[in-house]
Amino acid sequence: MRANSPFSILNSQFFAFIKKEFFHIWRDKSTLFILLGMPVAQIIIFGFALTNEVKNAKFAVLDQSKDVATQQLITEMDASRYFDLSKNLTSYKQIEEEFKKGTVKLAVVFPPNFNEDLQHFNKAQVQLVADASDPNVANTLTNYASNIIGDYQKRVTGNRELPYTITTEMRMLYNPQLKGAFNFVPGVMAMVLLLVCTMMTAITIVKEKEMGTMEIMLVSPMRPQLVVFAKAVPYLLLSIINISTILLLSYFVLEMPINGSLVLLVGESILFTLVSLSLGLLISAGAASQQAAMFISLIALFLPTIMLSGFMFPVENMPIPMQVVSKIAPASWYYSIVKSVMIKGIGLHAIWKETLVLAGMMVFFLTLAIKKFKIRLA
Amino acid sequence: MPAVVVNNIVKTYGKKKETTALHGISFETAPGELFGLIGPDGAGKTSLFRILTTLLLADSGTASVNGLEVVKDYKAIRRKVGYMPGRFSLYPDLSVEENLNFFATIFNTSIEENYDLIRDIYVQIEPFKKRRAGKLSGGMKQKLALSCALIHRPDVLFLDEPTTGVDAVSRKEFWEMLKGLKAQGISILVSTPYMDEAALCDRVALLQNGKILSVNTPAGIVDDFAWPLLAVKATSMLPLLHHIEKFEGAVNAYPFGEFHHVVMKPGSTAVQLQQFLEHKGHAGLIVKEAKPGIEDCFIAYMKN
Repeated sequence: MRANSPFSILNSQFFAFIKKEFFHIWRDKSTLFILLGMPVAQIIIFGFALTNEVKNAKFAVLDQSKDVATQQLITEMDASRYFDLSKNLTSYKQIEEEFKKGTVKLAVVFPPNFNEDLQHFNKAQVQLVADASDPNVANTLTNYASNIIGDYQKRVTGNRELPYTITTEMRMLYNPQLKGAFNFVPGVMAMVLLLVCTMMTAITIVKEKEMGTMEIMLVSPMRPQLVVFAKAVPYLLLSIINISTILLLSYFVLEMPINGSLVLLVGESILFTLVSLSLGLLISAGAASQQAAMFISLIALFLPTIMLSGFMFPVENMPIPMQVVSKIAPASWYYSIVKSVMIKGIGLHAIWKETLVLAGMMVFFLTLAIKKFKIRLA
Repeated sequence: MPAVVVNNIVKTYGKKKETTALHGISFETAPGELFGLIGPDGAGKTSLFRILTTLLLADSGTASVNGLEVVKDYKAIRRKVGYMPGRFSLYPDLSVEENLNFFATIFNTSIEENYDLIRDIYVQIEPFKKRRAGKLSGGMKQKLALSCALIHRPDVLFLDEPTTGVDAVSRKEFWEMLKGLKAQGISILVSTPYMDEAALCDRVALLQNGKILSVNTPAGIVDDFAWPLLAVKATSMLPLLHHIEKFEGAVNAYPFGEFHHVVMKPGSTAVQLQQFLEHKGHAGLIVKEAKPGIEDCFIAYMKN
């Protein structure tokens, strides 16, 4: 025997196994490509395609006043990144025609004497007509337009004291531009880590069972639990690469700030990765085939992550039972951690509860996985 | 100390134990012995191997390997035995060399350390050492698997159907290797569905439907065959078999290669059978005495 102490035995076996695991991953180029390409694709798809932000919406103007004020307002709207002036209308009838043609989403109507009213009576009216066949877009557009008009009004009346004016001032904290990226980057991180760690670990372990190599592993001096841990290590490293890719992409491409501590963010991500890995190990202990492992991972983990973690739909609006389910999903805790650290920029003192829950989940899943791991075939 | 002791092992499968794979079997193998488990598919060979390699628990009965009890001392057994499952169970995406290195490390050894043991086998696959294991031919795969099972110089080697699906030449080579290993003092338990391979073992157990029909040396099993055996051939073989079955002096008849083998009652003669068949109008008739083989014995045991 070459190895002298039990520790070195453990080490050499363990590292040989990890090396072998890297060979598997490295030589299966298509899977590797998917594993590393998936986060990039998801960030790009969510960042540029699936967004409910409205940019460069076409709008029409019915200006019955044609004075300095209306000209300034129209120019300002046109200049903003949300709107593009598409048409000048001459009558109310044309508004509906344009909507029916679908060429514009919003029409702005200035009554006659707009500037005079504004200057002399301190009160002028502007009408916003929106195509509400898509209510969300209509809502967003009227909000944008109101803001632009409100800003203009403040500038015009700014120097004068107005009696009895209540102005509501809205501030969108942490995400003043209401960027969608703030919402989905944490979601994509949770999704990718779960997919890579849970599903891939579960599948590769079950694959060893299916191929019969687990049979030989069991009839060897290597401790069975060590086999399983060695399986998890490469996926932990792969996940760290993925975490870096996602953060780099969201920082440089989506211009999303990392307000909190980067170390804390990465640390929490690794904790979540460990939870996912433990879950993968647990699934592998129970699943008999690669398909079963995949289905369990997808249905039991992936769907709750997308649907219930708050990433797509707000948890607060769900019925109580669904909220409970959402609390069971590890992703919902991670999701709120990432949002707190990345966007709100708060420290560990504010998220220790979530961190503790994740750590507890990891211990629980890992203990269960080790207990359920079979040291024999049946 | 016997290499393997199997004592009244019962193994059932299913929730209600509805399938019985092993009906309380017992046998012993001597140290350094090349012991064969001979039986058709479903005889219970793999179940027995898995019980002995600590992969499965028997319902009842005891078993030990080199004096180590399979349930209690499973960790010690796993260090000391070599196991080659029936299915090719190496990593197809690793090269020959990588597979061997990997298993050497798992068993806390190195290729160099026990190279003399595997040299004769390994030199045959060494030219392909950079090739992925999945791309090897069937015979090469088995040689690699045997090398991997031997890499830690096991005390007892368990080979579950190592020659199934391997061509005749490779099979012969494989058995030559087993002889070489036996010469190095390794106890070997090997299973096979091929009756002709039984003759290559020191002793064999004939296994059928989870029961042992006989444990003996190949020669001893053949010697136990107590009836006269005839080989019969004619131009139309199928009607011939039907007619032989009607012959009163025949105990059993079955196709055997290009002949039918006929087990005769003591006292019945070849001449009587020949006359009976000529009377039935068979042309090209050849009736001759045959030497019983293991397969004849197996069929005879099954019949009883």
